Amino acid sequence: MDFDIAMLVTQDGISNGAIYAMMALGMVLIFNSTRIIFVPFGDLAAYAALTLGFFQLHQRPGTIWLVLVLSLVAFAIEATELVLRKATRRIWRPAFHWLALPCLPSAIALIVPADLPLAAQSALAVAIVLPIGPLLYRIIYRPVANASVLLLLTVSVALHFALSGVALLCFGPEGLRTQAFLESNLDVGQFSISSQMLMMVIAAAALSAALYFFFDRTVAGKALKATAMNRTGARLVGIRTHSAGATAFLIATAIAAITGVLISPTTTFYYDTGFMTGLKGFVGATFGGFVGYPAAVLGALVIGVIESVSSFYASALKEVIVFGSIIPIVLLRWLAAGSATPSDEVEEA
Amino acid sequence: MTRRHFNLGVAGLILAAALLPLILGTFATTLLNYIGIATLVALGLVLLTGSGGMTSFGQGAFVGIGAYTSAYLTITFQLSPWIGLIAALAITAIVAAAIGYATLHLGGHYLPITTIAWGLAIYLLFGNFEAFGRHGGLTHIPPIGLFGFQLERMDQIYYLIWGTVFGAMLAAVNLLQSREGRAIRALRGGGVLVGSLGVDAFRSKLALFVISALLAAVAGWLYAHMQRFISPSTFDLRSGIEYLLMAVLGGAGYVSGALIGAVVVILAKNWLQDLLPLLTSNSGNLETITFGLLFILLLQYSPEGVVPLVLRRVRSKPGTVSAGPSDPALPYRELPARGSQLLKVEGITKKFGGLTAVDGVSFAVDVGTILALIGPNGAGKSTTFNLIAGVLEPTSGKVVFSGQDITGTPQRTIAALGLARTFQHVKLRSSMSVLENVMLGAYLRTDAGFVKGALRLDKEDAVVREIALRALTDVGLIDRALEPAGSLALGQQRLVEIARSLAADPVLIMLDEPAAGLRHGEKQALSELLQGMRARGVTILLVEHDMPFLMGLADRVVVLDFGRKIAEGLPAEIRANAKVQEAYLGGVA
Repeated sequence: MDFDIAMLVTQDGISNGAIYAMMALGMVLIFNSTRIIFVPFGDLAAYAALTLGFFQLHQRPGTIWLVLVLSLVAFAIEATELVLRKATRRIWRPAFHWLALPCLPSAIALIVPADLPLAAQSALAVAIVLPIGPLLYRIIYRPVANASVLLLLTVSVALHFALSGVALLCFGPEGLRTQAFLESNLDVGQFSISSQMLMMVIAAAALSAALYFFFDRTVAGKALKATAMNRTGARLVGIRTHSAGATAFLIATAIAAITGVLISPTTTFYYDTGFMTGLKGFVGATFGGFVGYPAAVLGALVIGVIESVSSFYASALKEVIVFGSIIPIVLLRWLAAGSATPSDEVEEA
Repeated sequence: MTRRHFNLGVAGLILAAALLPLILGTFATTLLNYIGIATLVALGLVLLTGSGGMTSFGQGAFVGIGAYTSAYLTITFQLSPWIGLIAALAITAIVAAAIGYATLHLGGHYLPITTIAWGLAIYLLFGNFEAFGRHGGLTHIPPIGLFGFQLERMDQIYYLIWGTVFGAMLAAVNLLQSREGRAIRALRGGGVLVGSLGVDAFRSKLALFVISALLAAVAGWLYAHMQRFISPSTFDLRSGIEYLLMAVLGGAGYVSGALIGAVVVILAKNWLQDLLPLLTSNSGNLETITFGLLFILLLQYSPEGVVPLVLRRVRSKPGTVSAGPSDPALPYRELPARGSQLLKVEGITKKFGGLTAVDGVSFAVDVGTILALIGPNGAGKSTTFNLIAGVLEPTSGKVVFSGQDITGTPQRTIAALGLARTFQHVKLRSSMSVLENVMLGAYLRTDAGFVKGALRLDKEDAVVREIALRALTDVGLIDRALEPAGSLALGQQRLVEIARSLAADPVLIMLDEPAAGLRHGEKQALSELLQGMRARGVTILLVEHDMPFLMGLADRVVVLDFGRKIAEGLPAEIRANAKVQEAYLGGVA
């Protein structure tokens, strides 16, 4: 591998790594706020990308109906709880929060003409997907919010399966690629860097800085963190744990949707592309110990470079190498940490 | 339900199973074969998840390793499938041990996360090997020969499959009730308890992980030689998740849960495949969605699975047992001579960040005496206990026990030297019976391993049971021996912990607030028990708040306040000590 090729491979690795970094950040954000390892994170990115792709084909994406169904279920749950508590007078609140608000972008999508400008289509695609995360949290996770991390993880994996089936139902088995936002390339010396890639890298860097600042420096961020560590304790000091969870899912879904839309011109999205992408981000996040934001970004970049190097040498085995690298990664982490600490000591009640 | 009824039931079940292929057609028999194979994998997960508290989404990959190894060897080298089986087991064991070694150190959610990744990696590997036929897979796999018969038809291999399933289930039940099995069941809920009992938690986890992988490999071997062709997609992540679904749905805490889960999932899948095409043309997707949603609903409403729901209705009250008349036939440890020093703590200090919990504390305990550690809340008593027992490592200072420097030594090494302890916050395994909890205490006194346990060859375990019954008689809880430990009141749970320490035949016993929550009569009985132990030459270290209880019992008292030792002496001296009174009652201004 000579220098030029090495540079190309590294550039490719970093641009992939930036995508995985966004995935890793979203998953770490959700984990830090709710203890949920949100396996279907990448699925949401694919939903956004494919929604945009359908807009460009002048078709109505199935996500519109998905949001409608989820909103109705969430509203039905909320309404049932209100009826059981005999507080039906307050029914306008869930009607607004869980029904009207989430369905608003979808309703807009049904009215507007099909040939919107690209920017408007992109914004609409993000807006349609945005409520899906909080709705899933409300319907799927909130009933088991106090369960163990393991149970929550198992729920996540099952949810991924349901969501990938939904994606196939909504978008069909064909792949889609959208038009590019920016065609220009930046020339640095003899290398040309695509603007698309630069945007991803900048977005990932900015986001990790913002999240780091939010969780370590602001009261709201610390409240989210506290919720994940000890829900009962958090509630005792006045943190509204449920809305904290919904907020985390909202932010994370925004990250997923924006990433999906940003990379849709360079990646052909199939209904199951998001899962693999998300999983690579997840391996990167593991590298960062699943808690630190800068560490997660670093881990994701390493995964991106490992992937591009291995696709250069053994392209058929690239996925095997990427996913297999989790073994040396955790081994290294363990060796670096010295003896295992009993931090996960959870006693049975 | 008596044991006899149970045995009759099992015998009837086996007979019915043996007759089934004669009645059923090929399709139904094939379905049963799939169920049997899946049961083996789910059984591995019952052991791993339900008993050991570890979750794996990657079992499908181990099934694949078993299937591909044997298929490749039998096709390419015309070897016997039985040699294929040995090779499959060997390779699976090596791979599982390597993966386990790397990932099992990480607690909590790390293991399941990594199982998704390596499960995918192994699955993707199958499709990339030229020798494995890439995505097309391997065909023309020979059938298994048994006593000169070729098991070619579904109703022939049926007997091999279900014989293996029943054998494996029986071995699993035996294993879980054996010495190592109890240790495995105690793994759930943290490593401090098992460490204090002398269990090498990592070794137990690794062994369990390999056992569950081997069960999956056997399933893969059976699958390959039944189906006679294999392709990678059978062993993808989705299959791993389905196996986990079976274990969770059936009831991961029960061996029978594996069987029931496999039956329900495979029949439901089959039914959905028949039903959904009638409703929609997109049946493939709907199957995935329905499955995912059903799994989620199950986890939301019955995370323990089906079996406990049924058991709750039929289970009768636990019976009673009593200790036998004779002295248990396990040798007692030779206790050190009286008058010598057993434990010496020299200037130990423990800092948690900026907080100094224990600050340069020194004291010594002589053989066959009772030393009490007292002090107001937050004085550092329990931290001192944990520093001695090896749960925490002192920032500085030294601990010498039985003439050996044990500073910084792991808990299980110290336990092996003869230290047994109880905990301030009781650490029992609430779903295990009181008796089993006490038997855990004697873990280090016998040495039967996994194989002996699974085959019920551990003759000493009956003696351990006798020892535990005796210890329970000593603490007055023999009537509750077969009840789940979680059903006892807190004070009685403390007594169970003391019985567990007694079962260990300790040189030094450390009791953290043993009298808390006991009634007057119980306290008196406990005091007599401890005095009896002292008379036998056992050394006792106590943390206690109950002064009247202590004053009649302790030989010496050490007083801690804010992490420092402020006084040491005879109980009467301590009672008169002005500094101690100040620490407890506040100074006279």
